[in-house]
Amino acid sequence: MATTTMTMARALNEGMRRAMERDAKVLLMGEDIGKLGGVFRVTDGLQKDFGDDRVIDAPLAESAIVGTAVGLAMRGYRTVVEIQFDGFVYPAFDQIVSQVAKLHKRSKGAYTMGLVIRLPYQGGIGAVEHHSESPEAYFVHTAGLRVVTPSTPHDAYWMIQESIAHDDPVIFCEPKSRYWDKGEVDLDDPGPGLFDAVVRRPGTDVTVVAYGSMVKTALRAAEAAAAEGTSLEVIDLRGLSPFDTDVMAASLERTGRLLVVQEAPPYASVGSEIVATLSERCFYSLRAPALRVAAYYVPYPASRIEDVYRPSVERVLDGVDRLMEYDQ
Amino acid sequence: MADELVQLLSPEGQRVEHPDYECSLDDTAILGLYRDMVIVRRICNEATALQRQGQLALWAPVQGQEAAQIGSGRALGPTDFVFPSYREHGVAWARGIPPADMLRIFRATETGGWDPQRYHYNLPTIVLGDQVPHAVGYAMGIQRDGAEEATMVFFGDGASSQGDVMESFVWAASFTAPVVFVLQNNQWAISEPTSLQTKIPLYRRADGFGFPGVRVDGNDVLAMYEVSRRALERAREGGGPTLIEAFTYRMGAHTTSDDPTRYRVDAEVEVWRHRDPIERVKALLAREHAVRSNTFEEVAAEAEAIAQALRADVLAMDAPPATDMFDDVYAEPHPWTEAGRAEVLAFAEEAR
Repeated sequence: MATTTMTMARALNEGMRRAMERDAKVLLMGEDIGKLGGVFRVTDGLQKDFGDDRVIDAPLAESAIVGTAVGLAMRGYRTVVEIQFDGFVYPAFDQIVSQVAKLHKRSKGAYTMGLVIRLPYQGGIGAVEHHSESPEAYFVHTAGLRVVTPSTPHDAYWMIQESIAHDDPVIFCEPKSRYWDKGEVDLDDPGPGLFDAVVRRPGTDVTVVAYGSMVKTALRAAEAAAAEGTSLEVIDLRGLSPFDTDVMAASLERTGRLLVVQEAPPYASVGSEIVATLSERCFYSLRAPALRVAAYYVPYPASRIEDVYRPSVERVLDGVDRLMEYDQ
Repeated sequence: MADELVQLLSPEGQRVEHPDYECSLDDTAILGLYRDMVIVRRICNEATALQRQGQLALWAPVQGQEAAQIGSGRALGPTDFVFPSYREHGVAWARGIPPADMLRIFRATETGGWDPQRYHYNLPTIVLGDQVPHAVGYAMGIQRDGAEEATMVFFGDGASSQGDVMESFVWAASFTAPVVFVLQNNQWAISEPTSLQTKIPLYRRADGFGFPGVRVDGNDVLAMYEVSRRALERAREGGGPTLIEAFTYRMGAHTTSDDPTRYRVDAEVEVWRHRDPIERVKALLAREHAVRSNTFEEVAAEAEAIAQALRADVLAMDAPPATDMFDDVYAEPHPWTEAGRAEVLAFAEEAR
């Protein structure tokens, strides 16, 4: 078994390299992704090795980046688009929801919209405005798109390859605060499927569902809770559209308590949908109402106070306490 | 710079000399363009009638723009790929789209209507300007395939204000993409005149992006054909993009839901009625004795037959099964979409 240790940024780079080696129709396009290697260096060295015909530095126009990727898809190309930061995806929002999401349907399958839109998202890096947002719910809300988010280098390596190979458009949300975290990558065995949820830490008292950056936060909370005698089962969602109801339900039927942890505000969010879906499916297993630990209903704040906005280990533990209190 | 139109045929049907362009078409070909335009106008009139009779949800009349669309549409090579907006029924006809298929989206039995890959003709795009970057992206694919093909994309004076159009100009110029932009300036974006969209002639916008722009008499099918042909050749040979401004007029309403009497005067429409794209070709063919005495009647009869067949086809066009909404949303089944399908089927089963 070939395993190697690398950062998530490196794993994404290696994953895209494999995809480009395998399929000459795979292109990369985005701002500063060539010589610079992207502002996070995720595409470092790829233009040098694959040429500027396949690793395309784009003019600074997000709508056209996605719009031309649509045209390339119509011609049979699979373009991996890099949106430089979450907050810059909105100029392309029209192309994504009006065109990318609908053209397979409208053409009765004649067009394969096999493009991937890479979106460095979530906060926690002390950035300035528009560089720390969590827009995933907009895309989860839109039928025709798929949305995934890795939380480990191993998943980043495999999920980017699986997303590129997928015939549906994939919004690929990359937790930028985890880009530099290192982890083991198994280069032979992808493990679970692209949309499968994974139990990262088994437990018995509370099912904690997290994704992206919040998986690490949830795991830290589980460690702290264990020290106090509460056992958290931490699930890494991975797929956001669709999400893996079965894995979450199996856990919730054992624990009876559900806590969803996310960086996005809670209202009309991925967490809302998980809570609604599992309340319906696991109603008789619930020992407490399902809770969300999330951001607040405000624009992303000045990052000097982002640690209050983003769910912390303490806030996760507070949510756990509130769930456990229902038994008393 | 003089804002002159390229014109090869005057409104009176007289041939016009131009220093850069000359008519390469023989009598038979010109008659073919005439036939196309007559049929397209007849299809359009039939569709308007069908809408008035409650058989279509909406129709966007093309009357007045037949030359702009047939001239450019007939200049295309078989594998050039076309990206229309929603009023390009003339181009659709030139690409061989069956008239009934053009009307499916307007009868609201489908959200598409045909296989775009089969006809090299994309589905109508209603969000203004969205199709323009698609044409540029497709052209970038052509470059990577090393193919001698081009794309042609249609949009209007209203859409020319859209960011996607401006962005597409930047991209096409930077990548020397084989794309021909056909801007049909029909003077009105619903109720807004072109003067609200631009303070300079629209073709001159190309200057600022670094590629040629040409203003053509959009009611002159010969000029539209020759300018389009030249621009397509240039694109295929690696010369990059061209902006063609087809200076024309929307004789009818924006759509069947519109009332142009609220915002424009009859006198203006009358001026343009004298510039009719079909009448001038008819005058040319008659003057040059290029057709038999009954040719015009034959063309009219053929157009009538097509219109009647279209009417029958449309009336026979039923709503799709309700579960059609779930088909092809995804290439691979998505559980949330499939949950909806199961619910609709179960509900229908229960109701039986």
